[in-house]
Amino acid sequence: MTLKHKKPGGKASSAPLMGGKEESTIFEFSSPGRSSATFRETEIPPRNPSQTIPSYYLRDSQLEFPEVSERDLVAHFTRLTHRQFSVDLGAYPLGSCTMKYNPKLADAGSVIPQFANIHPLQPVSTIQGWLELMVTLENYFTEITGMAAATLQPAAGAQGELTGLLIMKAFHEHNKDERKNIIIPDSAHGTNPASVTLSGYTPITVKSNSRGLVDIDALKQLVDKDTAGIMLTNPNTIGLFEEEIVEIAKMVHDVGGLLYYDGANLNAIMGIVRPGDMGFDIVHSNLHKTFATPHGGGGPGSGPVAVSARLAEFLPGPRPTITGRDGTGNPVYGMETPAKSIGRIHSFHGNAMVFVRALAYMMYYGGKGLREVSEIAVLNANWLKKRLSENFPAAHDRVCMHEFVCTAAKLKKDSTVRALDVAKGLLEEGFHSPTVYFPLVVEEALMFEPTETESLQTLESIASAMDKIAEMAKTAEGRGELKSAPKVTPISRLDEARAARNLISTYDASLASTDN
Amino acid sequence: MSGFIPHTPNEVAEMLTFLGIESVDQLFETIPSAIRLSRDSLKLPDSKSEFDVLEELETLAAKNRALGPDFISFAGGGAYDHDIASAIKSLSTRSEFLTAYTPYQPEVAQGVLQALFEYQSLVSRLSGLEISNASLYDGASALVEAINLTVAQSKNGLVWISQGINPAYRQVVNTFANGTGHSIQEIPIRNGSTSWPVENPTLPGTIVIGYPNYLGLLEPMEQIISFAQANDIKLIFAYDPVSMALLRSPGELGADVAIAEGQSFGVGLNFGGPYVGLFSTREKYVRHLPGRLVGETVDSAGQTGYVTTLRTREQDIRREKASSNVCTNQTLIAITTAISMSWLGKSGIQELANRCYSGAEYLKDLLVRIDGVELYSSLPSVREFAVKTKMSSELLVDRMIEEGFLAGVPILEGFESSDVYGSLLVTVTEKRTRAQIDHYASTLERIIR
Repeated sequence: MTLKHKKPGGKASSAPLMGGKEESTIFEFSSPGRSSATFRETEIPPRNPSQTIPSYYLRDSQLEFPEVSERDLVAHFTRLTHRQFSVDLGAYPLGSCTMKYNPKLADAGSVIPQFANIHPLQPVSTIQGWLELMVTLENYFTEITGMAAATLQPAAGAQGELTGLLIMKAFHEHNKDERKNIIIPDSAHGTNPASVTLSGYTPITVKSNSRGLVDIDALKQLVDKDTAGIMLTNPNTIGLFEEEIVEIAKMVHDVGGLLYYDGANLNAIMGIVRPGDMGFDIVHSNLHKTFATPHGGGGPGSGPVAVSARLAEFLPGPRPTITGRDGTGNPVYGMETPAKSIGRIHSFHGNAMVFVRALAYMMYYGGKGLREVSEIAVLNANWLKKRLSENFPAAHDRVCMHEFVCTAAKLKKDSTVRALDVAKGLLEEGFHSPTVYFPLVVEEALMFEPTETESLQTLESIASAMDKIAEMAKTAEGRGELKSAPKVTPISRLDEARAARNLISTYDASLASTDN
Repeated sequence: MSGFIPHTPNEVAEMLTFLGIESVDQLFETIPSAIRLSRDSLKLPDSKSEFDVLEELETLAAKNRALGPDFISFAGGGAYDHDIASAIKSLSTRSEFLTAYTPYQPEVAQGVLQALFEYQSLVSRLSGLEISNASLYDGASALVEAINLTVAQSKNGLVWISQGINPAYRQVVNTFANGTGHSIQEIPIRNGSTSWPVENPTLPGTIVIGYPNYLGLLEPMEQIISFAQANDIKLIFAYDPVSMALLRSPGELGADVAIAEGQSFGVGLNFGGPYVGLFSTREKYVRHLPGRLVGETVDSAGQTGYVTTLRTREQDIRREKASSNVCTNQTLIAITTAISMSWLGKSGIQELANRCYSGAEYLKDLLVRIDGVELYSSLPSVREFAVKTKMSSELLVDRMIEEGFLAGVPILEGFESSDVYGSLLVTVTEKRTRAQIDHYASTLERIIR
């Protein structure tokens, strides 16, 4: 290069990536004066805000948003997607998360303009389709769960839990029945105890017995007149059905308590058994698990809550409902708040576009199909559990439901290879890893949930990868590889302790840290 | 097998043989037979093809009256009819973002994690506060979490919340306060501004201010901010993110926590969800932050990478001692807003805010000239304002539907005792043309005459 030229500042957007190089942040592609944004010609005369807004409120300098072309923007975010695993790319046997294939038909349903281009505060006469859809989804959901009425407002499972607990509290308070405690098994999701605290009750832990189930004798000692209720996941987080659920329900009901069903594991039992028939009074479901709505990298979810008849009047409001009939006898829908409602949960009606997807899924399968979903989910889990059992024995060697927990405890003892190393080793083999170190009651836990949408061939290849990992753990070289895995991913094992110690959670903090 | 279940009958048989059982039913024998359903007992319609499902959904959707060229929106109230660039739609629906789970394995989740890091960076610049989490469910839930944080930090459960906060948010705050036991005191609005009871001897630990408030107004704030600071009261700002292109940030004005609804940035109206709650606070509160936080670090080769950090705050580790139960958040929507904010850029966000402001002022001038319409308050507004009309606002909205307009949002519930009750809340986005605004104003004039 002999030509002299002034180099432009900033980063090129078409930087090579496929070699696993870092991707710069969007801010680093900025070039002063550049922009993607375009606007309509509106013919509205521009005004200067300082004409009406006092200087006290007005900012002195412009908001520093990135200055990038649309081409750079698209390139950057597309490259980020190349650094991201997803269900569309491969198996995601993450226990407790039900990462099944998300049908594209639901995507198509969710972009229908007459669903999407609706303001949430439009008068009810203009949202009859939406209200009918919500009522229909509530009805399907209550049928699947065996309950009487439902709310779709909660935006995720944890919000559903808290909603359900507030309904429980309202019920007891209405009966002038002061209660203090909610009983939770030691295998419960962490959201359960956190939700209990936020509901104003005190969580009390009941231990699991040697079979991985609620210890009935221990439960007997805990249940009394202070028991507001019990929260259970059934099948539980170990993937086992709580066989004594009917006895548990009776025990809790006998002292005036209520039963809350954490529906995270509903994928095991659709059309086979219903929480209502087990004796539960309140149920939440995660539409982004059982009903295949895409999880979006961590949301949006949707956590509808269904209740038995005696709790319906406490549901959040306003609720969609049939308020009358038109001249031809067709239902007319409106919104009403139940008499003793706990109040509103969401800014508007909940994660509405998720409802369309979940309803599309339910309509597609119908009642029989949903039962098949659960049957094959359970078959897949049992097959994989047995297939892995030589190297990774199940925590409880019995028939499991839609997921199972196996342990790397022996592997760790024999080879120092931990559950974490197994997880990273599986990433190296091209699969997402199972959930690790949960539930807390199992040492070196590996929690697999294959779901019904993974084929036998996929299960076999996951098992082969696990076999390979077990073999690798037998040699020093293999152990070294596992402990430094993964290498084929866009980035290798990350220093999580450093992230917490030297917190950098924005680009500005990153710049400041580089300056130092 | 049907649908998205890949198993052939032979494969199912092969799997059963491997398990040493004869039928799938045997897998469910741990469920007591008394409660087990017989086959086909769910009373749901029969399965349908994809094409039938979509046709049914389209039929259902056709029962809605959607916004478009023949139904033009002047409604806001926390959800705004903005243009969304094709590039934003294209990127935000990419299946790698759409079908990923929460980034528990960072080595294969750098796409989501880095996009969230950029989102946090943008939200912190908007709010003027150093720490922003990786999103909450919506504006209302962000406010609930903000109050939980400031109550815990101030050790004072009394919260003064302005009636100028979105009435739905206030309802949600009250719902969840039934669990936490916080004492939520609504402070009434008069002539557009909150009548803070600063003479009251019982001081709150938290004050919640709207910026601009739900009525679109910029209330006098200097006094209440000084009052809060002098008495060590935590300040929460509920702000409009688009207006931040014009206004000083909550952080600059003294907020301890700032929350907002992020829908305006590239998220369709979608009948109210999924949207996204923006949440920012000061660095000193980071260990009490609700929800997830993404942090920068390096990998074993020294390359920059991202992880969820300070995880010990979260419910899955801290359990009943966690200050928040949030697990799943609104990641995809957060990423959508990050893409949208980047598309807008430095000049675009200002242009957007200016256009909203100019359109709103243009409409305001037209409306106040109409006999039977008056401005609710003379306080300055940015992109939304309330008018009192001689016809009831609900009836007016109904009548305007026939004329092809969503006229605005009637101000009713949550304002029962207020001088603004019955007014109409009107907004103008960059999408509205002068011709549409002129037509709206002349139609409204004709109808209320």
